Amino acid sequence: MAKRKKAVKKAAAARKPVRGTNGHDTQHAVEQFLYRQAEILDGKRWQEYIDLFADDGMYWMPPEPSHTTWDGMPAIFAEDRNLMTVRMKRVLHPDAWSQRPLWGTNHVVGNVVIERESPDGDVVARSRFHMMELRRDDVRHFAGSYVHHLRKTKDGYRIKLQRVDMTNAQAAYDYVLQVWV
Amino acid sequence: MLHESVPNLAKFVEPDRVRREVYTDPTIFEMEMQRIHERVWIYCGHETQVPKAGDYYTVQVGRQPMVMVRGKDGTVNVLYNRCPHRGSMICGDRSGNTGEFFRCSYHAWTFHHDGRLKNIPMMESGYAGTRWGRDNPDCNMKRAARVENYRGFVFASLAEDGPGLLEFLGRSKVAFDDICDRSPEGRVEVVPNCFRVIQHSNWKIFLENQLDALHPSVTHQSTGRAAREVELQIEKRTGKIPLSYHMLSAFATVTIEKWDNFQTLNYPHGHCILTGYMGLRPQDPDTLEYERVLTKAYGEKRKEEILTTNIHHVLIYPGLSVQSPLQQLRAVRPLSVDKTLTEIWHFRLKGAPEPIYRRALAYYNLVNSPATLINADDLENFWKAHQGLSSEGGDWVSFHRHHGRDLERDGMVETAPDCGTSEAPMRNQMKAWSQYMTAER
Repeated sequence: MAKRKKAVKKAAAARKPVRGTNGHDTQHAVEQFLYRQAEILDGKRWQEYIDLFADDGMYWMPPEPSHTTWDGMPAIFAEDRNLMTVRMKRVLHPDAWSQRPLWGTNHVVGNVVIERESPDGDVVARSRFHMMELRRDDVRHFAGSYVHHLRKTKDGYRIKLQRVDMTNAQAAYDYVLQVWV
Repeated sequence: MLHESVPNLAKFVEPDRVRREVYTDPTIFEMEMQRIHERVWIYCGHETQVPKAGDYYTVQVGRQPMVMVRGKDGTVNVLYNRCPHRGSMICGDRSGNTGEFFRCSYHAWTFHHDGRLKNIPMMESGYAGTRWGRDNPDCNMKRAARVENYRGFVFASLAEDGPGLLEFLGRSKVAFDDICDRSPEGRVEVVPNCFRVIQHSNWKIFLENQLDALHPSVTHQSTGRAAREVELQIEKRTGKIPLSYHMLSAFATVTIEKWDNFQTLNYPHGHCILTGYMGLRPQDPDTLEYERVLTKAYGEKRKEEILTTNIHHVLIYPGLSVQSPLQQLRAVRPLSVDKTLTEIWHFRLKGAPEPIYRRALAYYNLVNSPATLINADDLENFWKAHQGLSSEGGDWVSFHRHHGRDLERDGMVETAPDCGTSEAPMRNQMKAWSQYMTAER
């Protein structure tokens, strides 16, 4: 019986929104952060996007879900702010030929779950995304999950680590990915 | 249509120019698959992709779906991925372990790892008195006509006749010697990950680009300059530049004129080598430690020979591009006349210090991953090339650059000094193409 009670209690806890230690609604704050990040990305505001990352922040897309680190492993993306800056400067260069054609993306982020929140307000959050991309006349569709490790600062959250597990990562890429997903 | 002109294929290729249909005509594509890809030696994979008995990897050879499988005796077999009963594909996954034997998911026919029939359900009662049975070789999974393994790299040929693998490779075999010899144990193992990227262009456009020394500073200058700016910022902050940035910034710092200093070596069967390697011998502590390990394994003289091997790319026509100093390769799988799959693998030098692996890994991730900072612009150019060749705005592709200045010696064609941007590799590839396509048989 005790076991059953414990399970019920656990299920109830899973249903309950996590509240921040300093009184604000963490769920809401994290969702707003993720939505804003998606908006910045679709708006091609590259420097703003990079500035969402902490100074030691990492953007990581493993080629398969079993990977637990980018360190010494093949990775589709494993970029600190320096490498992200190379990518930004590349796409902004007037002779980045592949950037010339009409190109745009649209991200929808959802299923936001707060995995844990530390007493100082740092958060680990899981979410799902769908992204459609238009390039010339071709539409591509990508989807997968994000894990955000967020650091609480006086100016809001900054990303320590964003892990992107793209379901499409298992398939052959029809053309390539030019910027972050 | 081209059908009437097919017997005159030789007319499509001149020493310094090629007809555009060679890249765009679906009939010619089918003939290429028959006469080239399904006859010559095609790279299937590395033996460390299938370490245990029953491990398999599927692979496309020409238009044929094949499966590379490790047998119980340790042999790596290459079989048609097809059940001889009703033609079903046997392995539906890209890779895995098939256990003690293959088993068709349709009617449970089973096969040994070398393709021999093992059993058919109720074989005695079902097939007594018929032409079908264990003694009929048609009841086996068909094997590739020939399979050879050079230093762990497995190739198959679907034709019974033709030169052996080593004769076919000729001096391009240096690609595998250079990869393996850079390991103090003389061998490599595959990094278990394959980046797969599809290009919307003919397979030959990719191969021609691999040794095209004129394009890097044009196509890749955006990334070269971006990396150069950031590496200078890093240097200002920390006093040193990470080596991985150098691999990118070289596209800006090696200007178009400097590419003429490199050289291409062009061999029979269309194989070519581009010499020169960005950052050949850095003198950082990791490299020096690696050199000590190599000296211990090989002695000073041999170590020097190994580390001064001057290769940027080795192109093994018609389906493999090897960057041996960085231990990676791209296998080219033509899917249709305007669609090409590249499979990109990286290898670890057995016994070499970890930082050496990591340095090459950085190149694998930055240049060869599906989020590549380099190939995005190549693929854009390949697509444009294919679109342009589909137009009637002109009939010929020009390979005239430095034509007539090539030096022929020892059965190979060398570009003259300061002619590194020569289109000799394209001329050499098309010469081989023409020989294969018009060969009497």
